Amino acid sequence: MRSSDKLFYYLLKTLAWGVVGLLAAMVLVVLWMSWEALGHFGLRFFVDASWDSWREEFGALAFIYGTLVTSFIAVLLAVPVSLAVALYLNELAPPWIARPLGFFVEMLAAIPSIVYGLWGLFVLAPFLRDHVQPLLATYLGFLPFFQGPQMGVGLLGAGVILAIMIIPTIASISREVFKSVPESLREAALGLGATRWEMLRIAVLRVALSGVMGAVVLGLGRALGETMAVTMLIGNRPQIVWSLFESGQTMASILANQYAEADSSLHLSALTAVGLALFVVSLVINSLARWIIWRMQRVV
Amino acid sequence: MELIAVKNLSAWFGEFQALKNISLVAERHEVVALIGPSGCGKSTFVRCLNRLHEEVPGGHLQGEVWLDGQNIYAPGVDPVNVRRGVGMVFQKPNPFPGMSIFENVSVGLRLAGISKRAVLAEKVEQALRQAVLWDEVKDVLKRPGTSLSGGQQQRLCIARALAVEPPVILMDEPTSALDPISTAKIEELIQELKERVTVVIVTHNMQQAARISDRTAFFLLGELVEYGKTDQVFTQPQDERTERYITGRFG
Repeated sequence: MRSSDKLFYYLLKTLAWGVVGLLAAMVLVVLWMSWEALGHFGLRFFVDASWDSWREEFGALAFIYGTLVTSFIAVLLAVPVSLAVALYLNELAPPWIARPLGFFVEMLAAIPSIVYGLWGLFVLAPFLRDHVQPLLATYLGFLPFFQGPQMGVGLLGAGVILAIMIIPTIASISREVFKSVPESLREAALGLGATRWEMLRIAVLRVALSGVMGAVVLGLGRALGETMAVTMLIGNRPQIVWSLFESGQTMASILANQYAEADSSLHLSALTAVGLALFVVSLVINSLARWIIWRMQRVV
Repeated sequence: MELIAVKNLSAWFGEFQALKNISLVAERHEVVALIGPSGCGKSTFVRCLNRLHEEVPGGHLQGEVWLDGQNIYAPGVDPVNVRRGVGMVFQKPNPFPGMSIFENVSVGLRLAGISKRAVLAEKVEQALRQAVLWDEVKDVLKRPGTSLSGGQQQRLCIARALAVEPPVILMDEPTSALDPISTAKIEELIQELKERVTVVIVTHNMQQAARISDRTAFFLLGELVEYGKTDQVFTQPQDERTERYITGRFG
């Protein structure tokens, strides 16, 4: 009995530490493989936007820019929609509507990335090109973000598809968070004469704020690393431009595009270094958000 | 005219009838205690007095509740307006997390559209004084409400309810989650509140009902078995079931 318990304990312990070890091994391999490029270009690699495989001039800045811009658009668009979905399903909709609707929203997360990419290419991009971008250019064209050629594919298109992809993540986690808000707080607000909206504001949203931040971070994490759909919609041109109509390239999409055809070892190493940068950016943004949540929870 | 007049009130949760044809009146500046075993409908009853019962899924009712001369269930009456005129204190202290002590007390005033800082500050101080909490928190008004002790939190919730100066305060077992000292403070406070408001308090504790109330209502299985002056209910109950309950033979 005792020895079988011990066996079980060591088995679980080994598997748990094995996962940590795997992570460490992956980081080490990525570091080792990117060493050539990092040694060659130094830290300049991360602040240089040129990417020329003929002249073997490599810098990751354009991809970092593309990743941050598309993820920012995604979060900006997805957060209000997700919160509206979560609030409606949890607080307003009757159960016979909330259950099937909630199921469909979560099913959005089950659609394969490549299908999003195809839909984005054939439906979303033409729609953006014909209807949304002309409107943006007409009314907000004085801003540098909405100028230039209207092609549908580009930073905006990639951002919109990412937004759709992270809605189920943010919405379902927000729903969990809202569910955890005690009923007595809702009643306290209603008892004070709050309208339904005021009740949601003071007893639900305000209380759940740090949890919602957590949901947004997880959505952001998904947006940062998302590859296939973005690769199909971003236009694949490494450049740093103000206009969201323009093509771009993200860290994930350059890897998907060029890994198979990289022939020089410096090119391959540079690509791995981009992977390393993606890892670091994800880590920094996640840590930053966790710090915000931690600070907020300490205040509460 | 009586402040609260309930006429033939019945309430349901879906199919289950929680209150059966209750009629009851309460005067101004009275403390009315509602006693009875768990599940007898006393909590449901107070929730009918500020239209909170209908917020529970499946909750519906029949009958009339007159508050200050208005039938709050008359067609066209907005439940939000009803609730602004009735304070409520719950079983567990429930200050809003993420709000300071000051914000917790002023939230009802803000909902009522008052936003002038000076007015808010004055009313918050007044409410906290009435809830006998001012001296303990006057220097830490910016601290979160949840940082206070349980008893202080409950007095904060009472201050929150008092701030909008309602004529009625409903309390649903307000001391059941508190230690004896905090309970004693709240009981003392309820006696003082009588000068300004009518208090309807649900309690599990018969000694508490006897100590603090002017009238006592005994509920059993959704019925109002007996209602009268507290000393009379406790010394000469008219109904045998009341007598059995207050002498501890069931419940």
